[in-house]
Amino acid sequence: MDKVNITINGIALKVPADYTVLMAAREAGIDIPTLCFLKDINEAAACRVCVVEADINGVPMRNLPASCVLKVAEGMNVRTNTERVRKAVKMNVELILANHNRECLTCKRNQTCELQKLCDELGLQKERFDGEKRPAHIDEFSPSIVRDSSKCILCGRCVSTCRKVQGIGVLDFTNRGFRTEVAPAFDYSMRDVECIYCGQCVQACPVAALREKDHIQQVWDAIDDPEKIVVVQTAPAVRVGLGEEFGLPVGTPVTGRMVTALKRLGFDKVFDTNFSADVTIMEEGTEFLGRVKNGGKLPMITSCSPGWIRYCEMNYPEFIPNLSSCKSPQQMFGALVKSYYAKKMNISNRNIVCVSIMPCTAKKAECERPEMEVDGVRDVDYVLTTRELAAMIKQARLRFDMLPEGECDSIMGEGTGAAVIFGATGGVMEAALRTVADILWEKDLEEIEYTELRGLEGVKYAEVNLPIAGELTTVKVAVAHGTGNAAKLLDAVKAGELDVHFIEVMACPGGCVHGGGQPYVSAKKRMRLNPRINRANGLYDEDMRLPQRKSHKNSEVAALYKEYLGEPNGHLAHELLHTHYEPKDSYKIK
Amino acid sequence: MRTISELQAIKDAFTAKRQDSKEIRVIIGMGTCGISAGATPVYEALRDGARKMGLDNVTVCPTGCIGMCTYEPIVEVKVPGKETVTYIHVDAAKAEKILRYHLRDGIPVSEYTIGGDCGSLTELDFYKKQNRVAIRNCGIVNPEDITEYIYKDGYFALAKALLNMKPSEVIDEIKKSGLRGRGGGGFPTGTKWGFAAANEADQKYFICNADEGDPGAFMDRSVLEGDPHAVLEAMAIAGYAIGASKGFIYVRAEYPVAVERLNIAIAQAKEYGLLGDNIMGTDFCFDIEIRLGAGAFVCGEETALIASIEGFRGMSRNKPPFPANKGLWGKPTIINNVETLANVAQIILKGADWFTSFGTAKSPGTKVFALGGKINNTGLVEVPMGITLREIIYEIGDGCPNGKRFKAVQTGGPSGGCITTENLDTPIDFDNLVAIGSMMGSGGMIVMDEDNCMVDIARFFLDFTVDESCGKCTPCREGTKRMHEILDKITGGEGTEEDVETLKELAQNIKLTSLCGLGQTAPNPVLSTINHFENEYIAHVKEKSCPAGVCKALINFSITDDCKGCTLCQRSCPVQAISGSLKKKHVIDQDTCLKCGICMNVCKFNAIVKE
Amino acid sequence: MNKESKCSCGGVISANDPRFEELKEYIDSLKDSKGITMPVLQEAQRIFGFLPLEVQKFIAKEIGIPVSEVYGVSTFYSQFNLTPKGKHKIAVCLGTACYVRGAQAVLDKLAEELDINVGDTTPDGLFTLEATRCLGCCSLAPVMMIDDEVYAKLDNISVIPGILQKYYEQRLPE
Repeated sequence: MDKVNITINGIALKVPADYTVLMAAREAGIDIPTLCFLKDINEAAACRVCVVEADINGVPMRNLPASCVLKVAEGMNVRTNTERVRKAVKMNVELILANHNRECLTCKRNQTCELQKLCDELGLQKERFDGEKRPAHIDEFSPSIVRDSSKCILCGRCVSTCRKVQGIGVLDFTNRGFRTEVAPAFDYSMRDVECIYCGQCVQACPVAALREKDHIQQVWDAIDDPEKIVVVQTAPAVRVGLGEEFGLPVGTPVTGRMVTALKRLGFDKVFDTNFSADVTIMEEGTEFLGRVKNGGKLPMITSCSPGWIRYCEMNYPEFIPNLSSCKSPQQMFGALVKSYYAKKMNISNRNIVCVSIMPCTAKKAECERPEMEVDGVRDVDYVLTTRELAAMIKQARLRFDMLPEGECDSIMGEGTGAAVIFGATGGVMEAALRTVADILWEKDLEEIEYTELRGLEGVKYAEVNLPIAGELTTVKVAVAHGTGNAAKLLDAVKAGELDVHFIEVMACPGGCVHGGGQPYVSAKKRMRLNPRINRANGLYDEDMRLPQRKSHKNSEVAALYKEYLGEPNGHLAHELLHTHYEPKDSYKIK
Repeated sequence: MRTISELQAIKDAFTAKRQDSKEIRVIIGMGTCGISAGATPVYEALRDGARKMGLDNVTVCPTGCIGMCTYEPIVEVKVPGKETVTYIHVDAAKAEKILRYHLRDGIPVSEYTIGGDCGSLTELDFYKKQNRVAIRNCGIVNPEDITEYIYKDGYFALAKALLNMKPSEVIDEIKKSGLRGRGGGGFPTGTKWGFAAANEADQKYFICNADEGDPGAFMDRSVLEGDPHAVLEAMAIAGYAIGASKGFIYVRAEYPVAVERLNIAIAQAKEYGLLGDNIMGTDFCFDIEIRLGAGAFVCGEETALIASIEGFRGMSRNKPPFPANKGLWGKPTIINNVETLANVAQIILKGADWFTSFGTAKSPGTKVFALGGKINNTGLVEVPMGITLREIIYEIGDGCPNGKRFKAVQTGGPSGGCITTENLDTPIDFDNLVAIGSMMGSGGMIVMDEDNCMVDIARFFLDFTVDESCGKCTPCREGTKRMHEILDKITGGEGTEEDVETLKELAQNIKLTSLCGLGQTAPNPVLSTINHFENEYIAHVKEKSCPAGVCKALINFSITDDCKGCTLCQRSCPVQAISGSLKKKHVIDQDTCLKCGICMNVCKFNAIVKE
Repeated sequence: MNKESKCSCGGVISANDPRFEELKEYIDSLKDSKGITMPVLQEAQRIFGFLPLEVQKFIAKEIGIPVSEVYGVSTFYSQFNLTPKGKHKIAVCLGTACYVRGAQAVLDKLAEELDINVGDTTPDGLFTLEATRCLGCCSLAPVMMIDDEVYAKLDNISVIPGILQKYYEQRLPE
């Protein structure tokens, strides 16, 4: 790329010609404020808080251009700290505030709100404008996501994310001018539309206009109820996210401290979703081999991601037979806690409350699916996001940095490296291949890292030679993350352009590490790091550290099958661990 | 159609037919304004009447806007060898009489003509100062008949461009003419075309912006309704010049007559081989598709218009990239407005030098203005650039009605500003208007007299912008709303001097930081009225009075000693706010009074005053 | 304020309404064109009179875009109606020329006479009152249109009740 010479606030720079002024300013150590800008996703130049003064070779540019989309040019001279710029930026923030529900002290985004931070940085001292506000539409019907128009600043980050990244388009701008709002069509509740509850919009929102549905109080109530045995499980991706809420670098694994925290919060048993992730591999691997050997429906597609499941049910019902019938690890865990564990401990499963800590908002909806119960006993009772767990830890006033490392309880607390990597895109497939290959080759293979399935390429492919029914067969697998990429992959399969045996889909881009329930990473921060990479690396490091890295080597899982379930895909396994799906409609006419 | 001679043959045949004919031509102005004023029943009465009376030599032709809206419906009668007679304010009854006396018996009905004189409209002062280029055929040709357009040298410019000129020569000619965009900013048209021509692309587009949205401007509608082929021909020339094979006309859905005539014109041009594949036997292919707007002023802005054609919400996007580089569906696209295009064929045909012989050095040619508001002669006028406002308002427009004092003229619609008496002698062109704090815009000229409150006018324009803002960027969406609220406060009698300062600050910020032209110009009406009429703002906020007597919260009606006690006002008051007995002076209860002004209107003794 | 999802269309159009066929034919006729959302919505409004959820859902499916996008477009442009309009549409021009000649008083008078707000429809479904942008008959200011009929030079608002009366009388006795 050619480079051009520019100056910003008198600092001379040589930067690539395709840079924006915003990017160039970063290199000069100048932090231009932004609100609507979300790297690679939303570059709308709408909020006008990144405006600068500029001239090119002494010819002034008209007005104050927005630096987020202003391309650098040879001889450009940019000023970000003039009276004109300061006044303009301040007034535009004041104007945004005038139409914003300013209940900051009791807001879910207090301290993580990008608007709040900006107000602080700009030194705003009074609420300058007061007048009519947009009507407050608060939609709390969705099991996962609350939409609150009174806090929306119309930056469009959620709209772009849902449409461009996820390929769905639940939200759009409605009306125009001052009456503009971001909403589903006809102001329908997000419960009743094409929303898959993935929460990527929540991740994109700079304020609390989109936030997760809060279940913290219900969990405290359960903990405080002496009659209840409250059992908690934590998903793999939580352990590489939680630390961020306490100031640790993005992607730092905090498994041990998290376990201690959960115990000190008062959970009766602290288990691990890794355990049921390993069970999932046993079930799903067996199901896959069965389909291959018996001419079942292929390609088989994973079913761990509830956002993906809902997406498939609504948009690709023709692929429902391809979905693995396995419940997700969260639901398997719940079903096993209330059967296997209850039986082992000789307690009534009706007294067990199963809480999940998930990086995910869709898991909140998944646990409410009617089919997720056995004999009228719900598999999972409450789902909290990583952020909500952090909030509980803060409420309990635990000093996270001073917590000692703890260990999960048995008999459902053991997990292998294969389970840990479920949290990153490609991880489920890699875990499945580790076990399937071992089983088919009938040995303990040493080459277990399928690196072509790792990383952030939208759709990834791998081919593995495996002996199936006495013949060496090339098994082709594909991995997609983000429903936008999943749609591309499925369309190719549908069009007959792609012939694969096994597909992994995760609804969120990057997989669970970047789920809708993970700690917020501000748009500013996302300009310099990609949390998906850091967190995935954290998981792969954990994988390396663990003594067992293949699901079938999990001793607690082995015990489960030996003492309780019998064979994978056996009768009891089917009853507890498998489910079914059906096409779903949106925007039902009432 | 392959050669110029084929085109010439059509023209010659038509000319011959006109000259030989004993035909009496009855022309009726049927633009939207004419139709609104009742032209349709007149047209039907004349057409059916002539048939019933067996007047075979009478042809009744609808035409576009004749331009003099005050006199609509207008009917012109052209008898071969005689002077044209123009009838005004015609209705069906008058049409009957015109049929019987003039068309059958040859005696003009002089009482229905202008001032009783039988002379043609063109002899009026209203017309004398005009010089019609863009609207040259409006009110003259039948817009639904392509041969009439060809008779007026139509499509000869396209033929000349295609057969005798290279695309670059066409662009050079337009550049040389100095033609500037008539829709708003006045960007040089030839330069704009040059940008797109320089871009290599598998597909380019040419868009005619017919989303005329300024309240009070209707010249584009007049051209579309009165001379649609002029637009089509210019689009084809432009398409040839920049290398586009596809054109769109984005037209307001509120203009059904224009849309219908465009559709007819496109079909006829295709039939004559003047649109479509291999035009005039060359390799050049050009098709035009009409797209209708759906009521969004912002779609007059280039990038919003493109978004709208693409099927999205008409929200503007940042420039650059400019449409000439990345426009419709990411392809190089040029957008010109209707009036700009209406000049193009004439420039190609008569040359750039002819065009620069009108107007000023930096703004050559003519400009169409829609004259409206408090002025006697409302209508469309096309005048050379450089004419003064005084000439337009007093000589062409005949001043304010009812002897009221002229206060200001608003140009440029919601993006423009006010011009007051002190600048009445400024020669009008793009740059001078900007220099005196207004802008050309599309050419709406709304005259205001002493009865108009300038704060109220500013509020009116802000009301419009708040409603029409696309809502994308903060300053335009939120800022105009706050400005509007402050103006509401001031006109409601609650304003303070600080509010006026805040208004200025907001205005400055919206100008500086808005995403698109709509926002960047939205504060102009406020800045301009503060600039010229700060005293009125001060009167509102300090003295709590509205000097023009418009703002209801700030006016009171009272009854003077001239009251004769006739009780008429008392009986007329809708809320019984007036008390008093017969032959005694009446009193208005200020708490009950709605300030509707009915009492003042009905009083026969001018005994009710507004203060 | 919590709000349950509900269709605000006011009218019910069943899924097997034959008019969907007509709309489908129109959409199919545009299959080669790009950016057809607006023309399709315009045609749908012509066919159904307004654009309720049923119609927007159908359009979204047929042209392959999210319902929210169809709705976003339909609420951006002022000519699209989400609710059925009255039998007669009254449009008062609020263009500048009309405004300076007193159009606001005309609008206020109509709102008072009909006892509805601007943009609303009378409970009997007879009138919808709208303020519109320049109708282009500035010389006749202030003007209003009732359906296709133009009422010009309404300087004296006392004539308005009489104009409305005409439409009340036209109503057929039930």
